[in-house]
Amino acid sequence: MTPAPRPWALLAELTHGCPLHCPYCSNPLELTRRSAELTTDEWRDAMRQAGALGVVQTHLSGGEPLLRADLAEIVGAAAAAGLYTQLVTSGVGLTAARLAALTDAGLRSVQLSVQHADAAASDRIGGRRSFADKERAAAVVRDAGLPLGLNVVLHRANLDAVDALIDLAEDWGAERIELANTQFYGWALENRAALLPTRAQLDRARETVERRRRAGGPDLVWVVPDYFGGEPKPCMGGWGARSLTVAPDGTVLPCPVAAALPGLDPPSLRDHSLEWIWDRSAAFNAYRGTDWMRDPCRTCARRTADFGGCRCQAYALTGDAARTDPACALSPDHRLVRDLVDDGPGGAAGPVPDFVYRAPGAAPGRSGSASSPSDADHRA
Amino acid sequence: MNDWRPALVPAAMLRHDAVRDAELLLLPERVVVLSDTAAQILRLCDGDRDVSAIVGELEARYPGAPVAAEAPRFLDRVRGEGWLR
Ligand SMILES: C[S@@+](CC[C@H](N)C(=O)[O-])C[C@H]1O[C@@H](n2cnc3c(N)ncnc32)[C@H](O)[C@@H]1O
Ligand code: SF4
Ligand code: SF4
Repeated sequence: MTPAPRPWALLAELTHGCPLHCPYCSNPLELTRRSAELTTDEWRDAMRQAGALGVVQTHLSGGEPLLRADLAEIVGAAAAAGLYTQLVTSGVGLTAARLAALTDAGLRSVQLSVQHADAAASDRIGGRRSFADKERAAAVVRDAGLPLGLNVVLHRANLDAVDALIDLAEDWGAERIELANTQFYGWALENRAALLPTRAQLDRARETVERRRRAGGPDLVWVVPDYFGGEPKPCMGGWGARSLTVAPDGTVLPCPVAAALPGLDPPSLRDHSLEWIWDRSAAFNAYRGTDWMRDPCRTCARRTADFGGCRCQAYALTGDAARTDPACALSPDHRLVRDLVDDGPGGAAGPVPDFVYRAPGAAPGRSGSASSPSDADHRA
Repeated sequence: MNDWRPALVPAAMLRHDAVRDAELLLLPERVVVLSDTAAQILRLCDGDRDVSAIVGELEARYPGAPVAAEAPRFLDRVRGEGWLR
């Protein structure tokens, strides 16, 4: 086993609790209970270990990280470990006082998500009245002089609003806007038929992005919709190569959605050191490098550029995590995504279904199936 | 350029990485690995020194090096990236 390179980044999922109910949420269907979350001291120790291992940057995310009353202490521990800290938030609960405590603790930047440029549409997608909170949160961040990035997950219900979303980013004083076409994991996979856009929508949105890029304004990041392009994404910059995720209960994962892979048996910070997990655990070595690959990846010139795509997507679509990502046009399974996008919902596949909103127990086939948003998630 | 007093933008953080023995410029979504010289120049960008003061410091450290030509060009490039203001 050649020694693994040191990780650069830590995604810290501080909680799965969230006041919103986004149907596109990439969090797992099985949301971790608040009572199972790592304690303040455990997070402090995680940040210390991450810094010692070589991590230099952390995204404090979730769920909604602002639900953690000890967020400033966690930010402080990350800053003390030399990590660059960014808060990834829905904006709900981000008051000036709260932000001041976070910046005092060393917070460097904020990424705010918004669901649509129109308030009512944004609230409908998020499953809760929240647009006004987001607008206030953006102002609070700008007033504090912190860099503000906007993140919008794009899908059928908001792709036609890309122009207005870029205007919104300008109005709110964002330095960059990340237009992230939905990645189909967790709740998004559950809602795929409702979220998948048409090719025409995507083409128009892409043209808008190009036109707005030429016009200047905030930095525009377009995260490509991998179902449509025939090229897999270089998932996580390689498995166990650049970054790691700590889930709310201390489970450590090579990527935020890898908990869905059966048999991965991901290690926990409660049982092992971060260094052991990164270097030696079976989970982090399972798809490291290129030795695990089969054809067509094994002999493909692009294997060190895209790492065969995403393991979680290969599993979600084929039932086998070691296959080539079906998003790749060279994959023998590529027709699985081509069929979905060619005769997708709204076309040959029939009408577009309603959203299943994210909430504990809301996924079909699970206990207590609720189909409308509730605030149970918030209290969970 | 003459009255420009370069400073890192608030989003940027310059630090030494002891694990990799490297100089890094950290940004919200990026990590840039700097050469030692680049890091030295950026460390002088404190918002007080103007460009000629920065050049002066570097010339004192590296007598005979083509600092007067190269440092301002480097600073311009970094400003173009949006990391200096
Ligand atoms: C899971 S959220 C947690 C933080 C916070 N609740 C929020 O939504 O901003 C982390 C980031 O992932 C984005 N995101 C969520 N689901 C996604 C998906 N299916 N595809 C791509 N990005 C997604 C969110 O917009 C947010 O920027
Ligand atoms: S439901 Fe929405 S706001 Fe909450 S964690 Fe998921 S993406 Fe973020
Ligand atoms: S065959 Fe594998 S390595 Fe080649 S482009 Fe497709 S996913 Fe990437």
